[in-house]
Amino acid sequence: MSCVGPSRTVAHPPAEAPAPAAIGTDAMPLRVVLAALLVGSLFGLGLAWAGMINPLKVLAFLDLAGAWDGSLVFVLGAAVLLSALGYRIVLRRARPLLEDRFQVPSGDRIDAPLLLGAALFGVGWGIAGYCPGPAISSLAYLNPEALWFVPSLLVGAGLRRVLARRAEPDVERTA
Amino acid sequence: MSALTPGSALGGGLLIGLSAVLWMGFAGRIAGISGMAAGLWPPATTAERAWRCAFLAGLIAGTGIWVFVWGPAPAARPSFPTWLLVLSGLLVGFGTSMSHGCTSGHGVCGIARLSRRSFAATGTFLGVAMLTTYLVRHVLRWA
Repeated sequence: MSCVGPSRTVAHPPAEAPAPAAIGTDAMPLRVVLAALLVGSLFGLGLAWAGMINPLKVLAFLDLAGAWDGSLVFVLGAAVLLSALGYRIVLRRARPLLEDRFQVPSGDRIDAPLLLGAALFGVGWGIAGYCPGPAISSLAYLNPEALWFVPSLLVGAGLRRVLARRAEPDVERTA
Repeated sequence: MSALTPGSALGGGLLIGLSAVLWMGFAGRIAGISGMAAGLWPPATTAERAWRCAFLAGLIAGTGIWVFVWGPAPAARPSFPTWLLVLSGLLVGFGTSMSHGCTSGHGVCGIARLSRRSFAATGTFLGVAMLTTYLVRHVLRWA
């Protein structure tokens, strides 16, 4: 499969701006929203149980020179193993349960944006010990650090999107 | 390794993995949190924002439930510099958008799919993060 770039799956055909859709219509099925709520909750539960919402615990894993905490290895290991097994089963199906097609990233080229972006993310993660999931989920208890981190994250992501669109305005892209 | 918590780490990891599988099974998508957050920005249709908001709301609710039922919430760090929080947030947001993924999107889902890109991304952000933590904590001593 030839790919123009990473996650530039043509998920929806280019169209004029769609009319705003109400939840429960074909354009925004309620079942997808409810599934998102449910699955997101399981994810948030997992993050908290695993201790990933504690930046000091994450930094204790990243800090090889300190009192090392290897728990993240178990978290990632368990998550990856279960996902790998589950994906093999699920991706054999013709289509997902609630949507008409799978939308999985199609590229396999390791390019500069991937590596540079990952490096920038790594710097940010290594400074404060937050990656997007735990930072957002910690808003549940009004974590004061998240009140600074999460808006900054959104601004950083928004800025990148603007720059990317200016560089290549015609490409249809995912986040 | 005195702080190791293998039981809860495994349990939490299994729940995260389960979430990834369920999301693929239901919606046919990677459970990538950075993509969901970034996807809230324009241009996004109401439908595209709706499920992303719902997932992130669920994320918050799930952590909230755990804290309320089991808890406690992690003790707040003694005055971590605000400017470092803002800088790290900007870098995480920008970097995950550029690389199209984070620890969930690349580290869990991408590796589970045996994606070359995700292996490369994950190796990079893990290595760079460890180097950064070392620099910040032991060399620069900013935090």
